[in-house]
Amino acid sequence: MSVDKRTVTKIADLARIAVGPDELEPLVGELNNILNWIEQLSEVDTDGVAPMTSVVEVDLPWRADKVTDGGYRDEVLANAPGSEHGFFTVPKVIE
Amino acid sequence: MTKLTELTLAEARDGMVKGDFTSRELTEQYLSNMEQGRELNSYIVETADIALNMADKADQMIRGGNATGMTGIPIAVKDLYCTKDVHSASASHILNGFKPKYESTVTANLWQDGAVMLGKTNMDEFAMGSSNETSYYGPVKNPWRATKENGTLETKDYVPGGSSGGSVAAVAGDLAVAATGTDTGGSIRQPAAFTGLVGMKPTYGRCSRWGMIAFASSLDQAGPITKTVRDAAIMMESMASYDVKDSTSVERTVPNYEHALTGDIRGMKIGIPKEYRMDGMPSAIEKLWQQGIAWMKAAGAEIIDISLPHTKYALPTYYIVAPAEASSNLARYDGVKYGLRVEGDSLDGMYKNTRAEGFGHEVKRRILIGTYVLSAGYYDAYYLKAQKIRTLIAQDFAKAYEKVDVILTPTAPSAAFAMGEKSDDPIAMYLNDIFTVPASLAGLPAISVPAGLSQDAMPLGLHLIGRAFDEETILRAAQVLEHAAGFTAKPKVWWGDK
Repeated sequence: MSVDKRTVTKIADLARIAVGPDELEPLVGELNNILNWIEQLSEVDTDGVAPMTSVVEVDLPWRADKVTDGGYRDEVLANAPGSEHGFFTVPKVIE
Repeated sequence: MTKLTELTLAEARDGMVKGDFTSRELTEQYLSNMEQGRELNSYIVETADIALNMADKADQMIRGGNATGMTGIPIAVKDLYCTKDVHSASASHILNGFKPKYESTVTANLWQDGAVMLGKTNMDEFAMGSSNETSYYGPVKNPWRATKENGTLETKDYVPGGSSGGSVAAVAGDLAVAATGTDTGGSIRQPAAFTGLVGMKPTYGRCSRWGMIAFASSLDQAGPITKTVRDAAIMMESMASYDVKDSTSVERTVPNYEHALTGDIRGMKIGIPKEYRMDGMPSAIEKLWQQGIAWMKAAGAEIIDISLPHTKYALPTYYIVAPAEASSNLARYDGVKYGLRVEGDSLDGMYKNTRAEGFGHEVKRRILIGTYVLSAGYYDAYYLKAQKIRTLIAQDFAKAYEKVDVILTPTAPSAAFAMGEKSDDPIAMYLNDIFTVPASLAGLPAISVPAGLSQDAMPLGLHLIGRAFDEETILRAAQVLEHAAGFTAKPKVWWGDK
């Protein structure tokens, strides 16, 4: 499988990364190089093999569904590029 | 007299407890070495005031008889760890100015034990790289330079490996006793091999990932970078813990790893995987591997040939799984919560401009690959397929461990290369991790030990892979290897005032 300019534009859009027109062509080449190299995996027979879901064999721990921590509004906002009245600020989204 | 900054971690610990010198004295010498060594670009931020404060507290602990293995030990911290109110950016522009309001669990454990923070070390951006050339803060220089045939040092710069390149350069250049690294596909072990150091990645789940800036969450693990195997054992014990804040950390007692260093590997079964013999591997690497086998045999170990049939698929599998997880983890950088914001004509425009300017080229490439392999219509063909092959790779190891206790391989397919040599060819760069990635995919503990020099006198490492949660056995075997190799070479100082 390989990607073209249209596909790269689409995935860049999905990934929310602006890609300039002069960057597109080289990216198509680079991504195809990597995808072609990855293609060798198709020769492995994986019929009946379960995909890995946990790296080491452990059960996920359970805990009571209780609030045990929190109340850090100012710390959470401390690194925000913009904040007002205890909220993050973003560009206007409603016309 | 040996300079204080040439001591190993264990020697520094013992010297401070005996009262030969204080942590403040040791820390001051390191701060002065760091100033001399700025040309290496190993530190992004030096935290001299914090270091001296911590050193004074450590000296109090020692005087009060409360010293642990790490008390008073000046260490460098990879920029990927969140350290409270101190620069923590994973060497990315997108985390511009970020100073977390919390401390990662691993570093909190180290400070609790009295370790001293010298600064934050440079790395490949978001740990994506094998040469430390993708950092927003510029490449790190390897303290080692090759020796020419006439016996003089090369004048060009070599890469320290990556992604923990700043951490290894700091330790190899005597700018820290030891350093924290992180390893996703080899980011502790390969740079340790490139700089003549010991680098250990413990079992997935041994260390908490809380407060580590995420790259690929099913692979990322913290680990120590040190001058000796004993030092790695001491530091590992301090870093490891069960943590309710990381649901993948494992509730198991952390052993005293130093006690595992008995020097006795008689009867230990060492597996030699035939698939790690790669075409075009430099003869020096093959020779070193054979030498390692001979050393283990001489120490009383039993050598057993094994097969790990899916080895050749590990690297392409990794380059699906890791970018997929990265594309998801790095979605959080949106110009809203922290770091860089670049305005745009809309909210979406702001996201796109911020991420275009904030991420470097290799990071963007991996996000795009990750987005593609997870996108509708391709998920089964790429991501699901890769996770199935990952199961097969883990099964290969499980089968091997029915017959052997540890597996011995080279750490990397070459010695450190010159800066710029591979930066235009992503796949050539990825091949650096060919021997380290399989253990990462299977979550197994592994360690790199300096074992010899290449023809032009650059360090080479051997690599031991163990069973899950059996760090003790690989540490024991690693120390035997270390003693047999008798690696004492150090880089000749070409930086600073010399």
